[in-house]
Amino acid sequence: MTPALSVRDLTVRFPLAARRRAPRRVVHAATDVSFDLHAGRVLALVGESGCGKSVLASALLRLLPGNAVVTGSAVLAGSPPVDVLTADERVVGRQVRGRRLALVPQSAATSLTPVRTARSQLEEAVCELAPGTDPRARADELAERVGLAPRDLDLFPHELSGGMAQRVVVALALAGGPAVVLADEPTAGLDRPLANRTLQLLREVADAGCAVLLITHDLGGLLRAPEVADDLAVMYASRLMETGPAAAVLAAPAHDYTRDLLGALPAGGLVPIPGHPPELTDLPAGCAYHARRPDAGRCDGGALHTAALHTGGVRSARCRPLAVALC
Amino acid sequence: MLTGRGIVVGHRPGVPVLDGADLSVSPGEVVGLAGPSGSGKSTMARVLGMLLAPWSGEVAVDGVPVTGVRYRVPRELRGTVGMVFQSPRLSVDPRLPLAAVIAEPLRVPGTPTAGRRGAALRDRRVAELAERVGLTADLLPRRPHEVSDGQLQRACLARALAQQPRYLVCDEMTAMLDASSAAGLVAALRDDVATGRLGVLAISHDEDLLAAWADRTVRLTAAAGGAAHRAAGALAPEHW
Repeated sequence: MTPALSVRDLTVRFPLAARRRAPRRVVHAATDVSFDLHAGRVLALVGESGCGKSVLASALLRLLPGNAVVTGSAVLAGSPPVDVLTADERVVGRQVRGRRLALVPQSAATSLTPVRTARSQLEEAVCELAPGTDPRARADELAERVGLAPRDLDLFPHELSGGMAQRVVVALALAGGPAVVLADEPTAGLDRPLANRTLQLLREVADAGCAVLLITHDLGGLLRAPEVADDLAVMYASRLMETGPAAAVLAAPAHDYTRDLLGALPAGGLVPIPGHPPELTDLPAGCAYHARRPDAGRCDGGALHTAALHTGGVRSARCRPLAVALC
Repeated sequence: MLTGRGIVVGHRPGVPVLDGADLSVSPGEVVGLAGPSGSGKSTMARVLGMLLAPWSGEVAVDGVPVTGVRYRVPRELRGTVGMVFQSPRLSVDPRLPLAAVIAEPLRVPGTPTAGRRGAALRDRRVAELAERVGLTADLLPRRPHEVSDGQLQRACLARALAQQPRYLVCDEMTAMLDASSAAGLVAALRDDVATGRLGVLAISHDEDLLAAWADRTVRLTAAAGGAAHRAAGALAPEHW
């Protein structure tokens, strides 16, 4: 099956302004990131804050600031296939963003216009993204799809509860009928029941046929809702350290970082990871994680190892070959 | 023992958020305080942290009743309870480097670490505190916008520990942080609690965290806070 979005060797760099007598510094925001998003599946991308997760979403939507240097490819399947990283801005703006590739932003409450009702904003999105349909009927249909009563749409953002606002922004993302939905920290700052329901909502979006990329720092939230994520990618200091089916990765992590991250959760024993994540301007040569924790285990300098699982699917991890038992 | 007895307090006249709440924390124990949003967890924290005067009821530190709030509390009493808040960004002066953030309580006039004469001692104490919470020396000259949330929260914890409090009130201290930073902060307090030098009131809506961290957990039911909720016209929890 062709993936809905196939990202290969995506690398994002931000050159910083030169300072006198100091070498010019470059922020390594993403390095050689490769993953596939499939229709009907949720890929969860987890990592500590500041590891470059959100930059990936911005890069795929072409919303990075002008000084960013992006290489690699991200091919959106369909007719015609589009490489969203190199396509003309007019093509991205008129055919891709919102229509084939949509974003669920981080903070629902602040991403709605406070002086307009949810309906007016949703109908505007429908008019813009799906001209020719009856905006009112389509808005009601989208509202129902995300579990809102149509009359809730006539409320202003300050009258919506946090969860209702969250549903409205998901409805906005679905307005253009996208094949791929990127959710950037949709659960940040929400209390637990609300976060769980938001994750469930994204699961439903995937079950309806979208490919979903769920970017989050809340690994505990994913563990509590194991049905939400099909695949998992773990990011550290701009690189993907480990990828694979979520259940397999969480049950038996192959990379030391994934294991330590699970151990830092309350359920894993609250064992902190020694040291701090490195500055992205100043990454050590080779594997950044084993530079932070030389005692964690064997490391071959961060080379990527891939293995096919006998249950289907592919796992990959950096730093050492995957044990046969994990495949 | 840090105790609050029969605490009645609210933010609007006639609408108590807490209606007769009791809570006590002994040195050497971590008490969890859990409850749904709006049940008055943070209000309890502010009362025990001497930031909010209860309408009725009594707050006492090791048997000494607290009179007044904030700067009206006698200094030796005020220093016995430290506080860490949810958002580190909102609880530091963005112009101060982390070393100055940590040193702020040490500059109180009349203490040996105050003023120019206490500078050497103060620097030493800041270095000790930074080490205790896991901040490396290269982070100390940085300003808040140059460090991560987790690193900034570590500085806030160091600041709260600077006056050597006997009790620490952590109001959702780890809610904004990723797992390894949260575990790091909990680990930084572990020794002091184990040796009986510190009692911690850990407020969180994360029951998993409290199960792993707290020796016992007190739950505020919505009953106390529910009245305020209904009066304010807030949505019922099931109507998320």
